[in-house]
Amino acid sequence: MEAATTIQTLLFWTFSVIGLAGAVGLLFNRNPVYAALSLVLNFFSIAGLYLSMGAEFLAAIQILVYAGAIMVLFLFVIMLLNLREEEGAATFDIKKGAAFILGLGFLAEMIFVLKDFLSVEAGGTFDFGKVEPVGRSLMTEYLFPFEMISVILLTALIGAILVARRYTHTEG
Amino acid sequence: MDILTPTIFSYLTVALVMFSLGTIGVLTRRNGIVVFMCIELMLNAVNLVLVTFSKMHNDEAGSMMVFFVMVVAAAEAVVGLAIVIALFRNKQDIDINNVNIFKW
Repeated sequence: MEAATTIQTLLFWTFSVIGLAGAVGLLFNRNPVYAALSLVLNFFSIAGLYLSMGAEFLAAIQILVYAGAIMVLFLFVIMLLNLREEEGAATFDIKKGAAFILGLGFLAEMIFVLKDFLSVEAGGTFDFGKVEPVGRSLMTEYLFPFEMISVILLTALIGAILVARRYTHTEG
Repeated sequence: MDILTPTIFSYLTVALVMFSLGTIGVLTRRNGIVVFMCIELMLNAVNLVLVTFSKMHNDEAGSMMVFFVMVVAAAEAVVGLAIVIALFRNKQDIDINNVNIFKW
């Protein structure tokens, strides 16, 4: 148990530092490709945090879906559009200052609200991180939402094709 | 070692800092794709909170919700990037400060 806690501590600190570095990189990189790669770093470290909590299947899905599929889509679009670097990203004006103050104020408020959890240990049991319990709940208790996922994905697919296709004047 | 051992509060703090960085990114960045990536970052921070509470209560509902959030995030990314492509085709630019055709 002591070794498991040490490993969890190590995983937590490693991946939270890397993940926050990735988030900061997303915020401050002017080149969209570098920003996307920082976000990939962040997604991988969130997968590591899931792993440190014992949610193994979720960690695998995080890497497959986010780092694998969604970020490839983002990078594909960035390179397709051949964007130049954002102008004035490093400059500072009143709007950005207000945004920073709002974000940091929100953070301070939320941490103040959540200080009750300060003493709650993270080392409890977590029995449904593996594939079998996840699959069982998806196929029994969450069967209807699981089926609705396919409707959402189909709608998104049709919508994306309709929005992104090139309209020509010859066809009605 | 005691002070280093992660508590529920440590996980929540990491998630909240990520969420706040995503909020600041949405509010300050002007590149439409980077704004979408910041929204993905915020969704991921919320997923981390859901898993943390799921573990804290030893209840599977939270981690089931993460799967549905992931699906919605994927659908949102697909539709959002389609909008970005349509926007670029019409304006040759995805700076969101220049997208004000609904503004009067």
